Amino acid sequence: MELPTKTFRVTRADLVRYAGASGDFNPIHWSDRVATKVGLPGVIAHGMFTMALVGRAVAEWAGAPDAVVDYGVRFARPVVVPDDDAGTEIEVSAKVREGAGEGLTRLDITATCRGEKVLSQARAVIRTPG
Amino acid sequence: MPLDPSFVGRTYPPTAPYQVGREKIREFATAIGAAHPAHHDPEAARALGHPDVVAPPTFPVVLTMAATQQIVDDPALGVDYSRVVHGDQRFAYTRPVVAGDELVCVNTIEDISSRSGHDFLTTRTDVSTAAGEPVVAVWSKIVVRGEA
Repeated sequence: MELPTKTFRVTRADLVRYAGASGDFNPIHWSDRVATKVGLPGVIAHGMFTMALVGRAVAEWAGAPDAVVDYGVRFARPVVVPDDDAGTEIEVSAKVREGAGEGLTRLDITATCRGEKVLSQARAVIRTPG
Repeated sequence: MPLDPSFVGRTYPPTAPYQVGREKIREFATAIGAAHPAHHDPEAARALGHPDVVAPPTFPVVLTMAATQQIVDDPALGVDYSRVVHGDQRFAYTRPVVAGDELVCVNTIEDISSRSGHDFLTTRTDVSTAAGEPVVAVWSKIVVRGEA
């Protein structure tokens, strides 16, 4: 079963807010000067911010804020966030898989930005909505 | 110089307890746009059987990222933090984190490997209450990029 796709807009302001809330002040997430110096095309989103947005999608699919029992991702490609009002978009979809165990559901998650996968091996196990 | 694989299996002393605040959970939930009332309103959380507001799934990184500095800053291991990229991240929950938790982190180095000039370091952080109740296990894999 395929779950409905969710789209998250990400702007520079979101990255600044996430930096403050998470305590991750790595300048590659707010300074183009530093980001380009280390070979990035520009400021990129915190991998953990992308993971948090996808976690939101998972919790919303599960219908409960406390339903996630296992959640893991691999950061495959950076999410570049331009310095404008539109920012960029992350699209999240998931397929329901069998075999997570009694009362549990496994989701295989796809997250893309500009048509390219930004996460790989993204999986969550949630308590089956009941 | 590649990271020394003899560090695999090393466990570090527990971190000082981290007090999970209600406002910190609200701030984190707001920053990621998590609007469910159980992240913001203690009554809504209690209705789901929790003692106070519930943290979103990736909230534990607030404390585990700080905790794993113990490993990253270990001069004997010698990680060059300016070359670090986040590879993988995983959370396995015994229960969600809630406001009022006092949490202690114990870091273990699970794996060190080297491939095409890059080093890979996998850490596990066992997060439990100060009283010893397990809450969540957190794995993080970082890549230390080799000199080009």
